[in-house]
Amino acid sequence: MTKVLNPRDWSSHPLYVDGGYRSTALRGPTRPLVALKPALSALASPVFGHDRLGATDADLTINGRKDADPLGERIIVKGRVLDENGRPVPNTLIEIWQANSAGRYIHKVDQHAAPLDPNFFGGGRCLTDSEGRYRFLTIKPGAYPWGNHFNAWRPNHIHFSLFGAHFATRLVTQMYFPGDPLLLLDPIYQGVPEKARERMVARFSIEDTQESYALGYVFDIILRGTSEAIWETH
Amino acid sequence: MTSKAVTHQATLPDQPSFGQTPSQTVGPFFAYGLTPTQYGYDWPSLVGPDMADETTAGYRIRIEGQVLDGAGVPVADALIEFLQADSTGRYCQTDTSNTRFTGFGRCGTGTDPESCFRFETIKPGVLDRAQAPHINVTVLMRGLLLHAFTRMYFADEEAANAADPVLAEVPSERRHTLVAKLVSQGVYRFDIHMQGENETVFFDV
Ligand SMILES: [Fe+3]
Repeated sequence: MTKVLNPRDWSSHPLYVDGGYRSTALRGPTRPLVALKPALSALASPVFGHDRLGATDADLTINGRKDADPLGERIIVKGRVLDENGRPVPNTLIEIWQANSAGRYIHKVDQHAAPLDPNFFGGGRCLTDSEGRYRFLTIKPGAYPWGNHFNAWRPNHIHFSLFGAHFATRLVTQMYFPGDPLLLLDPIYQGVPEKARERMVARFSIEDTQESYALGYVFDIILRGTSEAIWETH
Repeated sequence: MTSKAVTHQATLPDQPSFGQTPSQTVGPFFAYGLTPTQYGYDWPSLVGPDMADETTAGYRIRIEGQVLDGAGVPVADALIEFLQADSTGRYCQTDTSNTRFTGFGRCGTGTDPESCFRFETIKPGVLDRAQAPHINVTVLMRGLLLHAFTRMYFADEEAANAADPVLAEVPSERRHTLVAKLVSQGVYRFDIHMQGENETVFFDV
């Protein structure tokens, strides 16, 4: 008996070509994916050592600071990375990037007419601990307009990139904020089947809110898990 | 008092109980977070396109290519990740100071005038499961809500490719989409077609 990775749950993920999100029309693959036997695709994910990370990589209120604090609402974003069976995924790299409090990315291509914040960079990364926990300190990102349709605005969100233990547990997603009215109108969020959408919405937590300092949000991330299976023999 | 009943240690059913977090697009602005050094941001990348250097054991190669959309237009905001074995066919993903070659690389298509990605690496060896030399490729971009997995094989490994169990699963008329062309000594070209007649084969892994 060997553990094999559970399949991607297609009922939880968006389609490659989505009617509402225009850019998918020419970019999403249209032919059926070719299934691979687990024995042929089993492969561990890259592993990153603690020594590779900078001391302020997980504190976005500091890592872009020049001479003052960044503007905006300070928030703590924390949670656990678990697999589908609820087992923690330890020592896995989480990378995040986000707009500043005005809804502007530092990316050179972002032309939105909102101010850059000289004290905010917007990139962060950390490793989960032995219990799969992670924690970032940052600024709540602003909403920003985009060209998908008339008066299109992205809800407040933080981009997340994760690896997990296996090559195929790779996940890139976005974390949203509870109660955001733009979620109802956002084709990227709405592109996910309805039953799974709220898994991308963080939970406000007064317990994780730091008195007189920062609001707390909890965002748990569930990666594909493993099940017992018998290797096929040839 | 009754004696404690003997209970059998229930083996928990190994069934998923938490739903997978859905995928979302990497969007157009990933560069300063995922590939900052390549794009000139003042924050060191953890992973870049130069996977090997003079000290890496194996045959040095360069792999370059474009990502093309359904209209044949090169995509200037794609992110490509490579994961490959070393020259002896072993994976060594652990990124510690005593492992020089991790087999993992990343390149965005936004810094080249032709929107090419370009990796400096070494040719991977044959895997112990008798798979032909290949590179696992992950494709991410704005307009892709879920990353796509593919594999890159080498045109000058005809015999190994013919015996490869993964290529055998691919309809023969589409196999060529997975094979990088040799364009000059040590340089391979691998274009990724998201759609169209030559749509690259993507895998459900
Ligand atoms: Fe965004």
